[in-house]
Amino acid sequence: MTAPLYAIVTGFGLVAGSVGITGVLGLTWTLRVGAIVPLGGLALEMDPLAGLFLALVGFSVAASSCYAVGYVTARRGAGAYVAFALALGVVPLAANAMTFLLAWEVMSLASWALVLDGRDDVPSRRAAWVYAVMTHAGLACLLAGMLLLASHTGTLHFADWRAASPTLPAGLRNAVWFLLAVGFASKAGVIPLHVWLPLAHSAAPSHVSALMSGVMIKLGVYGLLRAGLEWLAPGPAWWGGALLILGALSAVVGILYALVDADLKRLLAFSSIDNVGVILIGVGGALLFVRAEAESLAALALIAALYHTINHAAFKTLLFLGAGAVVHATRTRSMEAYGGLIKRMPWTAACFLAGAVSISALPPLNGFVSEWLTFQALLQSVRVAQPGVSLIFALGTAALALTAGLTAACFVKAFGITFLALPRSDAAEHAHDATVSMRLAMAALAVACVALGLGATVIVPALANVAASVLGAPSEPTHVAALTFSVVGGFASLSPVIVAAGLVAGLVAPVVFLVAAGSPRRARAGETWGCGRIVQTPRMEYTAGAFADPFKRVFRFFYRPVKRIDLEVHPESRFFVRRMEYANPARALFDEWLYRPVLRGMRALAGYAQALQSGNAAAYLGYILAALLALLVLR
Amino acid sequence: MTRELGLVLLQVVIVAGGAPLLVGALRTMKARLVGRRGPRVLQPYADLAKLLRKDAVVSTTTSWIFRVTPYVLIASMLVAALIVPLLLARPVLDFAGLVLLMYLFVLGTFFLALAGLDAGSAFGGMGSSREVAVAALAEPTIMVAILALALRAETTNLGGIMARFAEAPQLAANPGHLLAFAALFLVMLAETGRLPVDNPATHLELTMIHEAMVLEYSGHYLALVEWASAMKLFLFMALLANLFFPWGMPAVPTLTALAIGALVFAGKLAVLTAGLAVLETAIAKLRLFRVPEMLAGSFALALLSVLAVFLLP
Repeated sequence: MTAPLYAIVTGFGLVAGSVGITGVLGLTWTLRVGAIVPLGGLALEMDPLAGLFLALVGFSVAASSCYAVGYVTARRGAGAYVAFALALGVVPLAANAMTFLLAWEVMSLASWALVLDGRDDVPSRRAAWVYAVMTHAGLACLLAGMLLLASHTGTLHFADWRAASPTLPAGLRNAVWFLLAVGFASKAGVIPLHVWLPLAHSAAPSHVSALMSGVMIKLGVYGLLRAGLEWLAPGPAWWGGALLILGALSAVVGILYALVDADLKRLLAFSSIDNVGVILIGVGGALLFVRAEAESLAALALIAALYHTINHAAFKTLLFLGAGAVVHATRTRSMEAYGGLIKRMPWTAACFLAGAVSISALPPLNGFVSEWLTFQALLQSVRVAQPGVSLIFALGTAALALTAGLTAACFVKAFGITFLALPRSDAAEHAHDATVSMRLAMAALAVACVALGLGATVIVPALANVAASVLGAPSEPTHVAALTFSVVGGFASLSPVIVAAGLVAGLVAPVVFLVAAGSPRRARAGETWGCGRIVQTPRMEYTAGAFADPFKRVFRFFYRPVKRIDLEVHPESRFFVRRMEYANPARALFDEWLYRPVLRGMRALAGYAQALQSGNAAAYLGYILAALLALLVLR
Repeated sequence: MTRELGLVLLQVVIVAGGAPLLVGALRTMKARLVGRRGPRVLQPYADLAKLLRKDAVVSTTTSWIFRVTPYVLIASMLVAALIVPLLLARPVLDFAGLVLLMYLFVLGTFFLALAGLDAGSAFGGMGSSREVAVAALAEPTIMVAILALALRAETTNLGGIMARFAEAPQLAANPGHLLAFAALFLVMLAETGRLPVDNPATHLELTMIHEAMVLEYSGHYLALVEWASAMKLFLFMALLANLFFPWGMPAVPTLTALAIGALVFAGKLAVLTAGLAVLETAIAKLRLFRVPEMLAGSFALALLSVLAVFLLP
């Protein structure tokens, strides 16, 4: 049994989270141990941004591990899990390139092992393989970028990079940014580097999926923040513009794919791509505002991005844990086999609903506050008097709004099809609720979603400190008075607590009214009305596929659905159908139009390279000699 | 403090009390336009009273979501009622903004769509699926129209926008502003289930959106759901009237000012309602899959309104 181990990791997670919070509040420290790691030694440094991400890692690990106590029964994977959790915590603290890359690689390898999870079926192997290839392509970009920067600045320490960055030549700055951005963006799952994410996140066990979606991809965002705002600052405007456009694209494309997916965990994984997009809209906006010398707006956009990072960690971890409980109870990931689980798994349903309401940005929970902040940052683009920049911001606003609407639709589907109506399979009919430790983890996260929403007046100023430390310029992007906070220049203000109080009063008001009006408020139990048919069966319910159909039609140009009908008719007459199968899958455009041509090209190149591969040891020694000579000549 | 509380109650009473009247007036006008006598203007009040007295029938398939949803709907509309300025040129909640208002409407739609799925009938699922599709596609228009307004008023707080227009009424006559009005008017048709998007008078399966979703409701639950729908229509109309025709709204809450404000507000709503009645009589319902085209058109209008800020200062 591994339960004690996971309980210990829960404790360590809570401690790490608390240490992270002290970092956010301004307690900084450094730790250097020379001998352990070559090239600069192990170096850790705590600053507010590192503290924020450490807190994120700590609390998410605590929730996932607490869940794992009652969820994981096999011994396998425990070591990889501990390594994964540890590496997640080291990455934000790393103060030099060597420490960072080592922790990064341990994080990738451990999560790869967890994705594979000892299984040998084709989909799992494919998921793990695609993940391994993409993550190492990303690592190669990071290595190249960091070595390029190190060779120019002559140091591997991040603090020195920050000091040296104003002297970088423009060409090198752009080249390093491109390499680092590609590396970090592939970890963050930005379109079009996202292909590994839906495969890996849905294949991994749910407490690991929760960490991968909730925290690991955020470390890609962390890297982008460090690279764009510290190591290579100040960058040209196109960095911010590109991030904003890619963010908007990821948000819309991610949620469009989530909307039509009937695999609950893959739906959540696609929705993570969407949320990373929302975060990057804020990050890109911050870079653009920095360039336009609008410090307080840059700080506002950064606060919005960081707030959404925290919120997404809370609700996506919650949703993945909830999905894990559902998959555990029904033994399938297909939503078409779910239904009616709210009566069989009331705890899981209530927690999942809290997550769904948060991610749909409904007031007064946390998702609403961060999305509201992002909107306010985008809407203020008018203060940057450049038409081109304004156009990018207007498109970002429209994309974010479309994303918000589609997200609400997607999570109506995710919750409604999974938990409501009648069960569509025997497994769903006989499902059982989650164990106590799983419930505890989910309930804690649901409470966190509420607290992160209502506590906005405390959290926003704390994030303003983090933003000030990253941007290196103190500014006052927000103003807090009593329960209301307002953004720069009195542009807009919000009070989640008063909205919540109003909603509670609004829930009570109709009850009081009904009593006062003398309404009997009686309800008889009846059957669902069904046009006179005798008995209601699950076959009459709307399915996940049917629910998404209007979207599939509206966005046909994007989904390019293929319709497959397989009919078996009676030999006497084709009007008597014996068996019918219907499938209407959406096509993965990025696989077909981007990755397949690239892979085909690479295979062709590999074919040419095969000519060199004679199998003759003398020839190989000749190659090495030639390479050495070439290096000496070039030197 | 008492004055603030009084204003809160006044807003709530106007919205909750006036919404059925607006629906009744709209129905009567539409009936007269096609040559019928139609029901009395006060008929919706009688309908609500009747529903409140009846027992509800609740399907055994449903869960607590189904029973909670009518209350969530009313709650979201009541908070929204505090955000939209009705008589005075400032809202009751000083932080009230357009973004919050739109998300409160999404809150109602979200729960109603869940309730539609809860009973497990094909009608409910169909209504939910279509309702969220229309709502999601309307969202970009709303936000870009808000951007256009924010660019002119330099705030998204409704109080700030109102103050800005009170200072410079000529802003409201700007063509860009009228484009934003047209965009939001189209969105209102979609969001509140009016023609040509949805037909509130029909119970024909193939054309239903909103009515299909609430098919399972009865008794006091149905009364609350219908009331909330009427309030949503009322709030949208009031928002359009006061945001785009901000004239005649007093700034200080004295009794005479409130009385004048009430008269002007009633007049503006009457004109808008008449316009809506004429429009609904003159046009036919769109096929469901043509609705996105209409919403794309409204999005184009909103985008033009943003561009007009730069072109027509």
